[in-house]
Amino acid sequence: MDMPKPDPAVLARKATVLERLKEVLPEDAVIHDEAETRAYECDALTAYKCPPMLVVLPASTQEVSDVLRICHEEGVPVVPRGSGTSLAGGALPTADCVILGVARMNGVLETDYDNRFIRVQTGRTNLSVTGAVEEEDFFFAPDPSSQLACAIAGNIAMNSGGAHCLKYGVTTNNLLGVTLVLMDGTVAEIGGAHLDAGGLDLLGVICGSEGQLGVVTEATLRILRKPEGARPVLMGFDDNEVAGQCVSDIIKSGILPVAIEFMDRLCIRACENFAHAGYPDCEALLIVEVEGSEAEIDSQLAKIIEIARRHNPVELRESQSAEESAKIWLGRKSAFGAMGQINDYMCLDGTIPVSSLPTVLRRIGELSKEYGLAVGNVFHAGDGNMHPLILFDANKPGDLEKCEAFGAEILKLCVDAGGCLTGEHGVGIEKRDLMLYQYAAGDLEAQMAVKDVFDPSWLLNPAKVFPLSASESRRMARMAAE
Amino acid sequence: MKMLRPETEAELAEMVAGLNAPVRIAGGGTRGVAGPENALSAAGLSGIVHYEPGALTLVARAGTPLAGIEAALEAEGQRLAFEPMDHRGLLDTGGEPTIGGVVAANVSGPRRVQAGACRDFLLGVRFVDGSGQILKNGGRVMKNVTGYDLVKLMAGSWGTLGVLSEVSLKVLPQAETAETITVAVPDAGAAIRVLSAGLGSPFEVSGAAYDPASGGALLRIEGFADSVSYRAERLEALLRPHGDVGRDGESAELWRAIRDVDAFRGRAGDVWRISVKPSDAPEIAARAEAEGLLFDWGGGLIWALVAGGTDLRARLGAFQGHATLVRASVPTFAALGRFQPEGAAVAALSKGLRQKFDPRGVFNPGLMG
Repeated sequence: MDMPKPDPAVLARKATVLERLKEVLPEDAVIHDEAETRAYECDALTAYKCPPMLVVLPASTQEVSDVLRICHEEGVPVVPRGSGTSLAGGALPTADCVILGVARMNGVLETDYDNRFIRVQTGRTNLSVTGAVEEEDFFFAPDPSSQLACAIAGNIAMNSGGAHCLKYGVTTNNLLGVTLVLMDGTVAEIGGAHLDAGGLDLLGVICGSEGQLGVVTEATLRILRKPEGARPVLMGFDDNEVAGQCVSDIIKSGILPVAIEFMDRLCIRACENFAHAGYPDCEALLIVEVEGSEAEIDSQLAKIIEIARRHNPVELRESQSAEESAKIWLGRKSAFGAMGQINDYMCLDGTIPVSSLPTVLRRIGELSKEYGLAVGNVFHAGDGNMHPLILFDANKPGDLEKCEAFGAEILKLCVDAGGCLTGEHGVGIEKRDLMLYQYAAGDLEAQMAVKDVFDPSWLLNPAKVFPLSASESRRMARMAAE
Repeated sequence: MKMLRPETEAELAEMVAGLNAPVRIAGGGTRGVAGPENALSAAGLSGIVHYEPGALTLVARAGTPLAGIEAALEAEGQRLAFEPMDHRGLLDTGGEPTIGGVVAANVSGPRRVQAGACRDFLLGVRFVDGSGQILKNGGRVMKNVTGYDLVKLMAGSWGTLGVLSEVSLKVLPQAETAETITVAVPDAGAAIRVLSAGLGSPFEVSGAAYDPASGGALLRIEGFADSVSYRAERLEALLRPHGDVGRDGESAELWRAIRDVDAFRGRAGDVWRISVKPSDAPEIAARAEAEGLLFDWGGGLIWALVAGGTDLRARLGAFQGHATLVRASVPTFAALGRFQPEGAAVAALSKGLRQKFDPRGVFNPGLMG
């Protein structure tokens, strides 16, 4: 994966930049020692590493604004970082960048149950947002698998989803307002506790912009009252395609489960060994969850089970207790970690129309044989968001390259099926060079024009999202201007 | 007056490229947009391109009449969950609302409070920008973070960034049945407390409105019959301490009337739409000194009827939210502007985006600032 060469002019100014940053931040909020900056050399896409020039850990919107203003004046690229859990390399540094970590900004600023929102600093983790309102039986709906660690800043940057977004939507559907700091230090307040923008929907384009438009320091998030109860049912099938058909039939029936998750044999075994959730031994497993009162759950599950029976399941089992439900979900949410115990893996994130599940799964199986690399499939079947996990051996020369080529084939397959390259992880560096497979050059130009407006000097996370060749003239213009 | 009416996307692009003066962008022309004398109508770009009930997605050309889309969905037991308002009654306009118009104005109804706005259901767009380029963003799948989300940006941009040629939407199953709970309340403050209690309950309230003229707070529940009946009982019990509780059945007509603001239909005066934090609604509504009020979205949306030419924003002063002028004379629109002026930083970003997407300023100039 290519990254742009560090700008020697920036590297030469390291000492000046460091001094200026120290003037606006406390001593311990500026990291310059090489042994310490190394801790920020990668995110969860660990195949790629590069220590940054400097790391700053501001504690307020004002400090973020000061840092950005200085970096803007000095022409230093800034890579914003939440908790560093990006699977797409969204927080991968360059050697000439300042990493701006928001981890110290993790406070709750306002909780309002009457108006159903919470305002937080964005370094707060996803799960601890729910933690802050749980006592009153409220929750924050987006639930990425990394929710214990991932920061709201990253959720907003990547427009994160999760298992339960079939019913509740993804981050953008649950985001009411942000405090956004632009690269030149300007602070903009967008949205708030009211619904819908008055003018252009800037909130909509900021969410999912991968830290390229500004740094979000505070966010107003919609919170929801917890349902009275929830219960998953496990459905085992002896064929992936049949499971895919069952998903489509459930959706067509008019019932909208809160989640429909899919796992194939490889993942089922790995997750079962990890979480002991009592998953059946079969080719394909669906976890279907519904919510409501006990009686509502019974009645919805009866309808769903009736549909499932038409597809000759090898196992149909409702969770019998809250403890069992928790184990079922622990298994699912640990899927990536569990697969990591088998081997190195690359996790993909393409989305396809639900109706294409059977054909796409079949084709992935064929490609797996052609490339000689095993694939585990675990994904949000209800909305067609797939997570094929390609297993490879990082120590075996050529295996990573083979894996990447295989991954690219799968993502192209998703686009060909009418879907997209990434459903919830983001483009980062990982899918950057495939963007021209999904979009025409003019479509990407229109997206880059948005960045031109928010960050005219292209200093924020500049080498991400767009193919390097597409963004080159803009990035070079900045360097020439220095 | 000249009306450009392309029949294909390519023709639309050609016409835009050839523009030498600003145009008003129109769909069915039902939403009362004034502007340049010459118009560019997308109504000729019509037809459902793709509808897959099993994947809950529908793709249609922007000029497709909304009625046609709703009929196609109805036949499969599905619907547009964001319940788009029909402006014709309130604005006394004719014509046929189009799906492109709904999207361009991000039109959502009472269910917005639970299901989300039009923009939340928009999966993809094709459009022609101000220099005549055909562009696309998003797609037809429910989860998509591939590149920037220009889809949301286009929703509610009122044609100022581009002319929509095709939209892709997430649709949802229709509810088997609905029930409306009414609670008699003395004033707006009490009403908003009732609506907040309902919306903060686990019973999935899909409509929360208050019409001061009838004195009732209204809460809607939808779903399968057994579930609706259970939740209605629980909600009644929850709200009983707030006032006399009654039931109003499915009330499809009642919710349509709230959606379309029938209360102000045929009454003289300007109509404003104020988006606020729900608990602020009673005080802000009082400041409006309105001749008529209607509260939707649990109080988060206030419809206000005031004397023609009133500068309502001046009356309201500073508040968290925004006030949009929906019905007024052309001179009043010109004097006050349809949209609430934005803060300097946000206004600069919006202006920058308009300049990028419509560098010649030919699409609805002045409409959004």
